Amino acid sequence: MSEQQFTRSDLTRILLEGAGAEEGVDLNGDILDADFEELGYESLALLETGGRIEREYGISLDDTALTDVHTPRQLIELVNGQLLAAA
Amino acid sequence: MTSSVVVTGLGVASPNGLGTKDYWDATLGGRSGIGRISRFDPSQYPAKLAGEVSGFAAAEHLPSRLLPQTDRMTRLALVATDWALADAGVDPEQLPAYDMGVVTASSAGGFEFGQGELKKLWSMGASHVSAYQSFAWFYAVNSGQISIRNGMKGPSGVVVADQAGGLDAIAQARRLIRKGTPLIVSGGIDATVCPWGWVAQLAGGRLSTSEQPERAYVPFDAEAAGHVPGEGGAILILEDAAAARARGARVYGEIAGYGSTFDPKPGSGRESGLRRAIELALSDAQVTPSQVDVVFADAAAVPELDRIEAAALNAVFGPRGVPVTAPKTMTGRLSSGGAPLDLAAALLAIGDGVIPPTTNVAPDEGYELDLVTGRPRPAAVRVALVVARGEGGFNSAVVVRAAD
Repeated sequence: MSEQQFTRSDLTRILLEGAGAEEGVDLNGDILDADFEELGYESLALLETGGRIEREYGISLDDTALTDVHTPRQLIELVNGQLLAAA
Repeated sequence: MTSSVVVTGLGVASPNGLGTKDYWDATLGGRSGIGRISRFDPSQYPAKLAGEVSGFAAAEHLPSRLLPQTDRMTRLALVATDWALADAGVDPEQLPAYDMGVVTASSAGGFEFGQGELKKLWSMGASHVSAYQSFAWFYAVNSGQISIRNGMKGPSGVVVADQAGGLDAIAQARRLIRKGTPLIVSGGIDATVCPWGWVAQLAGGRLSTSEQPERAYVPFDAEAAGHVPGEGGAILILEDAAAARARGARVYGEIAGYGSTFDPKPGSGRESGLRRAIELALSDAQVTPSQVDVVFADAAAVPELDRIEAAALNAVFGPRGVPVTAPKTMTGRLSSGGAPLDLAAALLAIGDGVIPPTTNVAPDEGYELDLVTGRPRPAAVRVALVVARGEGGFNSAVVVRAAD
């Protein structure tokens, strides 16, 4: 059984590695329910982030599911759902 | 009557100086930025020297959001643009978005970025390739990123014609201003000092294989045997003259004339189009050859090409009829960034009343050029001609003139 969990700090780390952070945006702040676009991440940044998560966790994220994700909380839930399904 | 277009801001990233002041001090002081390549180990390549921009730490100037998606040339271009806008006293946030456009030149795109992603593709697999490869390598990426960072939504584009493209971009910027956009960011920055970029340059067959920095790039010298490539260039802020005057902007000079031609088919025996490009630029600027105070030469350093350039200049100006210089002997040839940097030097020469020198060259008298060598030459410079050729037959010339 897998105990792997995808946490907020995992997401922050991967976002920073793959896409950096917009000036004036603190990823350690109150961002879980903020829209990715407000945080300065356009669709390409999310594609890059999704690709990095897939590689690191050995899961596959559906393209449509990724497009439907608008906030960090939703992305974390999507990834954990996939991790659970893969367990 | 077409309106005149002036340069109000300069941003320089050159192998012999980062920022306009460092570049100009080094250039007047004869200090070169050419040396053995440090960005990768060149020992297995026949050409081992380059003009590298040193001391540039992108993270000090740009937000982390831009770093994973940009090649070195784009980072240099974004920062040079910031400097040029500050120099012009322009805050893009205060101007209508559609009143500003961007036209840069490019010759290769983001080679180093592409090299990294190709390496990942073949060593780790397709899933490791960055999503940003989709645009980070692209010719138009500098124009696009400058436009996005500064909120410039006016007409924009990219011009690709090797070294000549740097002048063609300036000409396109001038056209767009004349059609009604008050401000265009133009010029060019290239940077391909990486193994992939290097083999592409080597394939062109024009690189010097000398390992002596002082002898490797000596145009119009009897020992000329190819050039040393470099990275960097310059970004220029171009504005409608009346608009610049209205806001009280400091003006470096006017983009007074432009000409562009294409060479006949190799082996045809017909004359190169270079002379005609120069004549077109002079005619467009409505100046006579005798009114030109200095020529910034293309300075290919390939004997046949040096002969063609000297013949074109002598046909227009007469033997030793005008001072000629090639400060690019201190930077190497910067692809699409070379001519914009020469334009910056020409405008600074107008401002300071001095012609920067050509270094390391013992002129071959057979060329019959009045080459400014060794040290700067004081001169009242009101009109300067910048010449640039691109591999494959491109010839371009721009005349800049002191503002009245």
